[in-house]
Amino acid sequence: MIALIGLVAGVVLGFVLEPTVPLWLQPYLPIAIVAALDAMFGGVRAKLDGIFDDKVFVVSFLSNAVISAMIVFLGDQLGVGSQLSTGVVVVLGIRIFSNAAAIRRKLLGA
Amino acid sequence: MRALFDLLRPRASRGQLIGGVLCLILGFAVAAQVQSNEAGTTFATARQDELAGILADLSQRSDRLRADIRDLEDTRAKLQRDGQGEAAMAEARRRAATYGVLAGTLPAAGPGIELDIDDPSRRVLSTVLLNAVQELRDAGAEVIQINDIRVGVDTFFLDRPGGGIEIDRRHLDPPYRFLVIGDAHTMSTALNIPGGVMKSIQTTGAAGSITQRDQITIRAVRSS
Repeated sequence: MIALIGLVAGVVLGFVLEPTVPLWLQPYLPIAIVAALDAMFGGVRAKLDGIFDDKVFVVSFLSNAVISAMIVFLGDQLGVGSQLSTGVVVVLGIRIFSNAAAIRRKLLGA
Repeated sequence: MRALFDLLRPRASRGQLIGGVLCLILGFAVAAQVQSNEAGTTFATARQDELAGILADLSQRSDRLRADIRDLEDTRAKLQRDGQGEAAMAEARRRAATYGVLAGTLPAAGPGIELDIDDPSRRVLSTVLLNAVQELRDAGAEVIQINDIRVGVDTFFLDRPGGGIEIDRRHLDPPYRFLVIGDAHTMSTALNIPGGVMKSIQTTGAAGSITQRDQITIRAVRSS
């Protein structure tokens, strides 16, 4: 519940304050967001499975975001940044879908 | 369903709070990213050379505008300085001269081109000449004279029965000779584009030739 409130508050804050994303962060922020979304879905799933651990959630949230951004950064340095970011998004997308499917099975039983 | 309610039940443990803070950061980041995406969609999809072109255009325009500002500030300073209205008078005279040249009521001289159309079989139609005038105007022609007729804003072209052309109710016989003041290079390029004026002159069987000149003197004037 607190997490949900936090999410909504964050979105509202973002639209009210209208922050500009700094230039150096622009290529990495979208990927980090997708990674964080993955961690969030993973957390919800773990919660429903009854194995939720807040330490695991925090660590996975941060490490997901940082590692995905780092992969894209490395790709940029190697000259394959756009391809690598596509790859990261695909992998994270698959994970989000499988987590969402698990959550759906738990909640709806189908 | 009970699991969902269980999930949504607030618990003020430290882990929950940290999760909440992380989700707040996530939401904030999403909103920021969405907004920065919405801001720059016009140029985000443009290719590098397009962007370079736009940039060159803009800097050219700002240079021009800056020169305009300098000119206008000069004029303003001059106008402020003189009490007798001499500068104002000179400025008005200068402007009258500019407008006179544009309207065709004053003679003019300057660099430009000479376009000769030799049409012994009288096959060049008025549309060809009209196209030539419009193309020249597009290319930055400031003053145009055809044979001894000064071209103005309301100049019109008619085909006469039996050949020849009427411009502004005056009869014109070939060869036609355009005297044009303006940027010589731009105008000759404009006339020579594939399928352009020169090409259509040649298709009618007439001969056209362009000569770039440093000094073109236009004496014909329109009665005001």
